Amino acid sequence: MKSLKELEEIRQRALESVNLRKERNGTRIVVGMGTCGIAAGARPVLLAFVEEVNKRNLHDVMVTQTGCIGVCRLEPMAEVYRPGEEKVTYVKLTPEKVRRIVAEHIVNGKPVTEFTIGAADQQ
Amino acid sequence: MEDISLYMLDLVQNSIAAAATLVEISVIEDVQNDKFILSIKDNGRGMDPQTVDRITDPFYTTRTTRKVGLGLAFAEAAARACDGGIYISSQPGKGTEVRVEFRYHHIDRPPLGRIDQTIAALVACNPSIEFVYTHIAPGGRLCFDSREIRQRLGDLPIDHPEVVEWISEYIGEGIDEISGGGKE
Repeated sequence: MKSLKELEEIRQRALESVNLRKERNGTRIVVGMGTCGIAAGARPVLLAFVEEVNKRNLHDVMVTQTGCIGVCRLEPMAEVYRPGEEKVTYVKLTPEKVRRIVAEHIVNGKPVTEFTIGAADQQ
Repeated sequence: MEDISLYMLDLVQNSIAAAATLVEISVIEDVQNDKFILSIKDNGRGMDPQTVDRITDPFYTTRTTRKVGLGLAFAEAAARACDGGIYISSQPGKGTEVRVEFRYHHIDRPPLGRIDQTIAALVACNPSIEFVYTHIAPGGRLCFDSREIRQRLGDLPIDHPEVVEWISEYIGEGIDEISGGGKE
């Protein structure tokens, strides 16, 4: 059974290893969590972003949520904002697609075009 | 929605939209009285009685971008299909409580689902909101209070990924324990 004591260990470890930024000015990943998004599978997508960002120690990346983004038939959706770049909207996401997006776009700066809303509209 | 944990995640979005700073969620598995209750209580801006009357209408929404709002309508339909119903009490400026009741043994009652993932997602995305989760089952009781967690963390943010993971595991294990390990 988990105990609250473990939280103190996590705290020690995290505060030692990480230079916590009070302001996060880096990349922002926003997952649509309206009724449409949730029903389509936004929760595992969101948690996959959190997990992947954590695994890669991307301290300046923030994962957050919003309501319905507006194209319910393409949910689960997420928007990626990188400083100085245009917003990229990803559609019909799965945890597998999330892992590629984090590796190729968030880390290496190259959007995964085939998962974007532009690509979906051409189909 | 496939399960209770998704209805929960969806209904809490209303509390977040109502600018709540404290959201108290509870699940009561009252097997003896054949009742399953999901309740969400917040201290958001609340609604006047006229709004409460229209709130489960799928064509009522406070959004200005679209004309539908399906969250509460879905929850009501699911509850009614299981000999239950939805009960909403709200006071402007004070907050809202939504209670969704199902007949526990109804064949169509949605399973519990991954409450651990719902709470983890809520905490990860809304670090400034306090969440309390209480689960009462025949096997016992689980209480989670983000304020208590925050106290232990000091200056480490509650949405730190390792903390979120811990919360998810804590709730997952806790529910397993009180429900005898039966996960869907």
